[in-house]
Amino acid sequence: MKKWNELVPGAIILDAGNAVQFKTGSWRAFRPQWTEENCIHCLFCWIYCPDMAVKTEDGKMTGFDYDYCKGCGICARECPGKKGKKAIVMVEEGK
Amino acid sequence: MATPLKLKELSKKPDLLTHGHRMCAGCGAPIVVKMVLMASEYPLVASNATGCLEVSTCISEYTAWKIPWIHSAFENAAATISGVETMYRAWKKKGKITEKVKFIAFGGDGGTYDIGFQSLSGAMERGHDMVYICYDNGAYMNTGIQRSSATPRGADTTTSPVGSVVLGKIQRRKDLTRIMAAHNIPYVAQASPSHWLDLMKKVRKALDVDGPAFINILSPCNRGWRSKTDDAIALSKLAVETCYWPLYEIENGVTRITFKPKEKKPLEEFLKPQGRFKHMFAPGNEHLLKQLQEDIDMEWERLNKESSTEK
Amino acid sequence: MPKPVAVTGNEAVANALRQVNPDVCAAYPITPQTDMMQRFASFVSNGQVDTEIILVESEHSAMSACIGAAAAGGRVITATSSQGLALMWEMLFIAAGDSLPIIMPVVNRALSAPLNIHGDHSDAMGARDSGWIQLWSENAQEAYDNTIQAFRIGEHPEIRLPVMINMDGFIISHSIETMEYLEDEVVKSFVGEYQDAYPLLDLKKPKSYGPLILPDLYHEYKRLQHEIMGRVKNVVLNVAEEFEKISGRKYGLFETYRLEDAEVALVILGSAAGTAKDVVDAVRDKGIKAGLLKPRLFRPFPYEEVAQALEHLKAVCVMDRADSFGGYGPVFLEVSSALYQNGKGPALINKIYGLGGRDFLPEHAEAVFNELNEIASGGSIKTIKEYIGVRQ
Repeated sequence: MKKWNELVPGAIILDAGNAVQFKTGSWRAFRPQWTEENCIHCLFCWIYCPDMAVKTEDGKMTGFDYDYCKGCGICARECPGKKGKKAIVMVEEGK
Repeated sequence: MATPLKLKELSKKPDLLTHGHRMCAGCGAPIVVKMVLMASEYPLVASNATGCLEVSTCISEYTAWKIPWIHSAFENAAATISGVETMYRAWKKKGKITEKVKFIAFGGDGGTYDIGFQSLSGAMERGHDMVYICYDNGAYMNTGIQRSSATPRGADTTTSPVGSVVLGKIQRRKDLTRIMAAHNIPYVAQASPSHWLDLMKKVRKALDVDGPAFINILSPCNRGWRSKTDDAIALSKLAVETCYWPLYEIENGVTRITFKPKEKKPLEEFLKPQGRFKHMFAPGNEHLLKQLQEDIDMEWERLNKESSTEK
Repeated sequence: MPKPVAVTGNEAVANALRQVNPDVCAAYPITPQTDMMQRFASFVSNGQVDTEIILVESEHSAMSACIGAAAAGGRVITATSSQGLALMWEMLFIAAGDSLPIIMPVVNRALSAPLNIHGDHSDAMGARDSGWIQLWSENAQEAYDNTIQAFRIGEHPEIRLPVMINMDGFIISHSIETMEYLEDEVVKSFVGEYQDAYPLLDLKKPKSYGPLILPDLYHEYKRLQHEIMGRVKNVVLNVAEEFEKISGRKYGLFETYRLEDAEVALVILGSAAGTAKDVVDAVRDKGIKAGLLKPRLFRPFPYEEVAQALEHLKAVCVMDRADSFGGYGPVFLEVSSALYQNGKGPALINKIYGLGGRDFLPEHAEAVFNELNEIASGGSIKTIKEYIGVRQ
């Protein structure tokens, strides 16, 4: 921890977006599991994720960032899947 | 060229609110904020009222904000951003800044409907070029789910607890969106994160306005609503489909409903998954349900009368 | 060359603000400040300043807008009085805690209840722990000079703190006095261009202002604030020295009047010091070795310097134009602390005077000097704290 004389007067944070150093993945009790073959890349999981924990590349879903995913399950709930099969399901951590 | 409002294209934009924020799992507020920031094609500066969003996104030397951001107190997000915006105009006049910048204030319903109401009204009347976003979760969630003037009638909160004599909040919600419209500002709207495209279109309109705009956005809180962590989007969708939370805009005085459900769902569908309304389903409390349904129906009817024919 | 003019304190300070030409002014009317901000608004309307003015809906919003504007990165002013300052109270601490050099003349006025629009120091004394630098003025000239110097003090790179310039309501704000203006160009070059270290409007380097700080760091931030306040005295003295070069007028941390060889003295803030100085002369003619100390910098309080200036005296009365109910007067508390730490010093009494615009008359000061003279001659202190000029 910083000493008083190492602080910025006014408590101004100069490093924008440095919250990425704070990992919230350990909060999770359930983890989202992605099955690519059931994915239509609608990106609902991405737009509705409160934790910016859905990874995309060139407009396609590529997986989860488990460093930050808190396991709320919104992605799985909103996932339309393909032919009645969800692309995202929640599974209990440690199982 | 503006980024088309398509998820595929939007997903290529950098996140302006980063992960590593400490909002509860499944909170609606960061979903709302990310959609708002993502919709913008302008550089943004934001202010934030004290509340869940503020304490969880900028805490102990960590900030989740990639844009210039200021929090000063609970009741003054509008006044604070009006100061920033005024400095921007002063500098623009002097040529110290040339870019076109837009200004946003974020506040919860406590900081907007209640304690920040005067500050908001004043800033809107003064005509600052700013968008005020209220993320309305219907109670003081940050301090532990106390009732606000945005709490729906009947809801069980820690200061309107359901007891043997009093059955939750007695009073009807304040209709802040309408009050903001009465300020005769260029743009006022109500949105929901379930309808992300509608929400983002409204944000774009609000930002394009040269002057003040206000958007009231429903923001589910699973802690306060006593619901599951995965139902923020499902519940906000039901709020829209039951007409509990109508989607509409008032552009230069003209009201337009932006989404009309094909079939208005019974309010119970929105209320039932939420523990804060549990007592309303107990035998003998039917009058509570009836009353809330009447509130909603009256508002929906009024809105339909007021609105111009749909596009 | 500057020529003497006859103006009110409000007019003088409004002109100082015009000469500084800040980027943003947030204003809300309150008696007796109104006339100052009306004048400033007319400077805006007539293009005599480049300032953008925000006519807010309350003083709370005035200070909130100032905080936003100052964080944005430019030079910011407002002004208030009494209830207005009280309504700002929450935001005062935030302005100081955020390290924002907002400049605010405070036209001192009594606080409700009962409602009273006249001068006393209750408003600013209530804000003394807010982290703002406080300068106090005796007359229109000092209010004008302090206002100009305040920008240099508050904006100093080692300080970056808000400054309150105090001037008595009506007595200074509305009375016409003779004073001198500096030339516009002289003021402009004295205050210079303000360069903020952390402007929010620097889009290339986004910053976050106003984080939540937990117990693991809050204490350290407050320690830092304490440190910065400790640097203010030197900056005030350096700025005063430079100001003397452009104005010929001398300022320090406080002013002493016939104090060096005195045995008894008053410590008194603001406009009443003028009256008291006349009384010092009058009682000296009657054989009382009287003197006076008038604080200028009240926050941070110059404890060592005040103690050194007073230690040789036999008896001192600290005059307070505000009460701390259930405690001694606020200035008395500081002077007592200064002298206790000094280890030696005069007997000390406290008089509360002039509340809610009650006149402070020469006979009040004279009675106090007589009492001090008795104490100095071996008499005992009858009452430590006492109201004077009150109907019994």
